[in-house]
Amino acid sequence: MTDRALSVVRAGALTTVQDRGRPGHAHLGVPRSGALDAPAAALVNRLVGNPPEAAVLETTLDGCTVRPRSAVTVAVGGAPCPVTVDGRPAPWGAPVRVMGGALLDIGRARSGVRSYLAVSGGVTVEPVLGSRSTDLLSGLGPPPLADGAVLPLGRPAGVLPYVDAAPQPGPPDELVLRVTLGPREDWFTADAVRTFLTRAYRVSSASNRVGLRTEGPPLERARPGELPSEGMVLGAVQVPPDGSPVVFLADHPTTGGYPVIAVVRPAGLAAAAQATPGTPVRFTAVSRR
Amino acid sequence: MRAMPVGDDALLLEVPSGQDAEALHAELQRRRSAGELTVREIVPAARTVLLDGVEAPSRLAARLAGWEIPPVPGRVQEPVEIPVRYDGPDLPDVAALWGVSRDEAARIHAASRFRVAFCGFAPGFGYLTGLPDRFHVPRRATPRTSVPAGAVALAGPYTGVYPRPSPGGWQLIGTTDAVLWDHARVPAALLAPGAVVRFVPVGAG
Repeated sequence: MTDRALSVVRAGALTTVQDRGRPGHAHLGVPRSGALDAPAAALVNRLVGNPPEAAVLETTLDGCTVRPRSAVTVAVGGAPCPVTVDGRPAPWGAPVRVMGGALLDIGRARSGVRSYLAVSGGVTVEPVLGSRSTDLLSGLGPPPLADGAVLPLGRPAGVLPYVDAAPQPGPPDELVLRVTLGPREDWFTADAVRTFLTRAYRVSSASNRVGLRTEGPPLERARPGELPSEGMVLGAVQVPPDGSPVVFLADHPTTGGYPVIAVVRPAGLAAAAQATPGTPVRFTAVSRR
Repeated sequence: MRAMPVGDDALLLEVPSGQDAEALHAELQRRRSAGELTVREIVPAARTVLLDGVEAPSRLAARLAGWEIPPVPGRVQEPVEIPVRYDGPDLPDVAALWGVSRDEAARIHAASRFRVAFCGFAPGFGYLTGLPDRFHVPRRATPRTSVPAGAVALAGPYTGVYPRPSPGGWQLIGTTDAVLWDHARVPAALLAPGAVVRFVPVGAG
């Protein structure tokens, strides 16, 4: 192993390698995967001078601790959290120079769920079908980080941008998801569609990279029986038999047999990725572009 | 054909039968190869084909309405051959449902010509059609918590091969050493939608 590497000292609850995912293989049953808060991942890459396709680390609630073997530039974004280098506070949302052997700690999220760590040169684990993303549904890509793991890093590409800090949206107090209805809203009663679009739901603690699960008034079906499996898109709001809507995130299955009542506009998915359990959720209908 | 918009940049095309879906999928593939269709994903399923990543879905839906969909081409493709030992724990149950002996059940399965209707469930898991209607079987009442990789299984109108160990409720009739999925191989999936498949019995049944 060269000195372009990152040792994992504390893996955290769930830290994965993520890039822009592996779209284009859904017909083989391969989920798209990729960073859940894609704008945050793109921003931290930009802050360290990486190309947008470079792989970053995505943490879940309690951050992680790593030790670069040689000097690197890093940036932490997404969910706001304390950042320290050898115990000394360092800025969040800005490029930070970390010397080889120093201990970089990404702390517990103050709000939101997922923080992103970009390292100059990017994480260069072996790609699978063109992507380094960990896909938790199908098991493709590298496994989630474990204490003691060593991640290879690429050569820094370019010149650092002249940025000392970049504004990032804070995680939402209330998650308002704009949706277009369909394709299977006719599987639900008119009352259920009205309930879906007017009542408050809450983010369930069973949410993960596959889907944002919600709790709230159950949605009643207008017809019995099963829907033959059909292709699913990112942001699809699937309603399983318990009647609670699930918003499909990056690791969603490529086909599914529960009816999709609506699809969340892509712009809402980053906020969905940062909504902590208990956050109120409202779905509002917008017309198709 | 019914074309339903899905979000802002996808279309779900619904047709009356699985055969229609296979024919529509073949035609969409052909048009994409010919440069007449720009789309990120073409995802066939049981009665539908999803077009995801489409520039102007409503305009495409209008164009699709005028298309002639030819039936699935017959015997132009070389079949993918999957060697199988008909030694699955559910083979006696399946044979009983069919009202035949185990050997005869194996013979019926191996004599059928299959087609990958669609994939899903796991990377490389294909839903294969081709067994005559009278041989369709229900899923097991209680799914198994672990089905080994290479298990050849039946459920409803479909035959499938488990690419890796996973839970599953299908009826296990045999075992193959074929590698269904290897991400280091090109192509990674042994079976892609539209492929023709034959099961070839090996060893003492």
